[in-house]
Amino acid sequence: MDTREKDIEKLKDYKYGFTTDIENIKAPKGLNEDVIKFISNIKKEPQWMLDFRLKAYERLKLLKEPNWQKPKYPKIDYQDLYYYSAPKSMKDKPKSLDELDPKLLETYKKLGIPLQEQARLNGIAVDAVFDSVSVATTFKGELTKHGIIFCSMSEAIQNHPDLVKKYLGTVIPVTDHFFATLNSAVFTDGSFVYIPEGVKCPMELSTYFRINASETGQFERTLIIADKGSYVSYLEGCTAPMRDENQLHAANVELIALDDAEIKYSTVQNWYPGDENGKGGIYNFVTKRGLCKGNNSKISWTQVETGSAITWKYPSCILKGDNSIGEFYSIAITNNHQKADTGTKMIHLGKNTKSKIISKGISAGYSDMTYRGLVDINSKAKNSSNYTQCDSLLMGNKCGAHTVPYIKNKNFDSNIAHEATTSKISEEQLHYCQQRGLNPEEAVGLIVNGFCKEVLQQLPMEFAVEAQKLVGISLEGSVG
Amino acid sequence: MSEQLQSDFDKIVKNSKFSNKEIQLKKDFLNKFIESGFPNRKQEDWKFLDISQIIKKNISDLSYFIDYSQSNKIDLSTFVDGLEHNKIIFLNGRIEKIDFNHEDQNKIEISDETKKDISFDYENSLIDLNSAFTDKVFKILVKKNYSLKKPLIIYHSTNDSIKSTNINLRLDFELGENSCLKLIDYFANNITKNFINIFYNFDLKKDSILKNYKIDKFRNDNLTYSFNNIEQGNNSVSETFILSAGSDYLKNEINCNLNGEYSSAFINGVFSLKENQQHEIRTTINHLVENTKSYQLIKSVLGKNSKSAYQGRIFVNSKAQKTDGYQLSKAILLDETSEFNAKPELEIYADDVKCSHGSASGSLDENSIFYLMSRGLNYQQSKELLINGFLLDVVEKITDLEIKNLIKNIIGLNEYK
Repeated sequence: MDTREKDIEKLKDYKYGFTTDIENIKAPKGLNEDVIKFISNIKKEPQWMLDFRLKAYERLKLLKEPNWQKPKYPKIDYQDLYYYSAPKSMKDKPKSLDELDPKLLETYKKLGIPLQEQARLNGIAVDAVFDSVSVATTFKGELTKHGIIFCSMSEAIQNHPDLVKKYLGTVIPVTDHFFATLNSAVFTDGSFVYIPEGVKCPMELSTYFRINASETGQFERTLIIADKGSYVSYLEGCTAPMRDENQLHAANVELIALDDAEIKYSTVQNWYPGDENGKGGIYNFVTKRGLCKGNNSKISWTQVETGSAITWKYPSCILKGDNSIGEFYSIAITNNHQKADTGTKMIHLGKNTKSKIISKGISAGYSDMTYRGLVDINSKAKNSSNYTQCDSLLMGNKCGAHTVPYIKNKNFDSNIAHEATTSKISEEQLHYCQQRGLNPEEAVGLIVNGFCKEVLQQLPMEFAVEAQKLVGISLEGSVG
Repeated sequence: MSEQLQSDFDKIVKNSKFSNKEIQLKKDFLNKFIESGFPNRKQEDWKFLDISQIIKKNISDLSYFIDYSQSNKIDLSTFVDGLEHNKIIFLNGRIEKIDFNHEDQNKIEISDETKKDISFDYENSLIDLNSAFTDKVFKILVKKNYSLKKPLIIYHSTNDSIKSTNINLRLDFELGENSCLKLIDYFANNITKNFINIFYNFDLKKDSILKNYKIDKFRNDNLTYSFNNIEQGNNSVSETFILSAGSDYLKNEINCNLNGEYSSAFINGVFSLKENQQHEIRTTINHLVENTKSYQLIKSVLGKNSKSAYQGRIFVNSKAQKTDGYQLSKAILLDETSEFNAKPELEIYADDVKCSHGSASGSLDENSIFYLMSRGLNYQQSKELLINGFLLDVVEKITDLEIKNLIKNIIGLNEYK
């Protein structure tokens, strides 16, 4: 078998493992001021945006990569990455779907996301990200009617500079940690959502991420603003083609909820986790943070993490407004040599703030999973409360499950309750299911789905079905 | 700081009868300590209470010199009444007396070695400091099949002649097969600001039982760090109770290795803190083989400006199937300036285990207070009753009846204001 054939064989293992052959425009390899100017220039950005990036870059020079996390990874050479690549056809922006590069559309078809049909059938407006530039946005008309802005970040910078200027970097400042600052300096595109005062978004907004082009780090930037009394539910789902080199993904997601507003952010993450020997796979180092800025606001994170070689992220809530609510529901599944270090931070600043954390971790094979969370109740956050539950399930004795919660209570009016358990699937449960005709894998699938039920319930319909299947698929081959 | 350390060290060496080999060993430890300095908040284990800052704030000119050639006058009034016991008197940084009057002398062996190496891996510069400056390391061996008739009380005290000084103590205990030792650490009333650094090493052989009660009750200005390393063989049991209430700063650290099957470790702790006190308990339980068990219960009552931290870690090796690990920490915050921090950690590599932890913190339940007041108690009484009930729960876990009563007496029932 020649190498090409071997490669094709390898690709077959991973359903979504293929690449689209589109000629890419690439920034020169490496990270320096010129590359940042190049990115800014090619996106025709105004001066203030360039200044924002350069400020972040200046700061980045002083920062060191953090190394306190559990999963260690080989050192990343940041000078050996491309920081910008875009499908060539983006040079002249398409006006409608028909104008899109047919190869792009083909890619989505393979992924099982026929753009138009899916949008029409599900009533979802899809802002698909191919590589680093958003290529298609549908259902714009319906959204515009309500005054909702749902577009790519680059468009928002051009068309809504006031909003972007006002909110970008207010939750994740350019002076944040290493990966967030790196993103601030070199982010290429992402989604921008603005829900005007009093509007309940009539549909679930959704972005499908797609990583393409070898050696391209993905630096997405998402900004969601829910103005007073508004509501939005946002879905993010990912699949990625197979790669041999590890790919870095360092996205920033900022959510801002003003008075009485609610944002629900759901993620299903199924990026390439590497093969069964732990070779390849995506590094998912994402910074997600929500700010409950106004009184009575609410932010809810739901995530199903099954992919990536290394997942390292903590979707957080800063509960600044009085009576604000933060929620975090998570399922993280690791198999083979996958590693995950994930959890949340709930920072209570306002009075009567409430937060709830439900985390379910499942590890199998040789994988390692860590829940790491912080609950910090400030001395001014009178009468606040937190409830945390994190359960882990272990399959086999080659894997690990860890829980590292940090609990800080500086307010005597406030209550914090934390519970964690670690166990395995009991023989009795398996026996019971098998007795009734399920094979061992189905039995495990059923039990695990039950274990995750509390989180799966939080997902919007469209995701819940997909996620349930995903939970089953992720654990294939881990029983017996 | 390093010049001070060096010159004080030289002074101690000049006054001592250490052999050259011992001096060299101590020097190595000293250099290691000078290199790393006092631990600070950048280190994960010291995140909540930064000892280097606390020392800086409380003791401006910490001295390391103790004249080990001078003996001290023992104040008999500090001894515990109403309980027959064996004594070790540790006064002003010097072990003045080791007294096993109540025991069969053939069954206990006491040896002193100054050239003690450390047999386990650690990343703790305070152990280096301890090893560089301790005078004598006494080793107490309880022979096979012998249970001490009376408990052993170690009196930790200082008097006015010593101030702003670093005091180090190291003791090694070996409990032979099927033996039993009850050990009480009693921190007597000290007023002077000293930094006390205690390091115990316990080696528990098959079927042996260790009960260690640490009583820090009387208000004093000292900063204390205590580290227990416990190695446990098959079917051995260790029980540790910590009453953390007296010192300005107190950190109790326990590292317990469950090396033998069916061994178990129990750690119970009470924080009862007032004005500006900052206390911490940090535990690491390593379940290394099958069928081991650990249980931890820590409760805090925190008054004005006080701060407590609990860091508990349960580690389960991939070989340690059928492990049972449990951790619970609860805190009552009485004032808006009090602060409670917890980091209950699980690190698990085996699948057939039962491990859980819980943590809860909040204020006193107003409904309960209302209930008691409606039955005729005043507000203060109701509050005291609730707090006492809350803490008594931990004291009740003490398995030795005599010592339980002693501790109940020491705590008293009406002292939370």
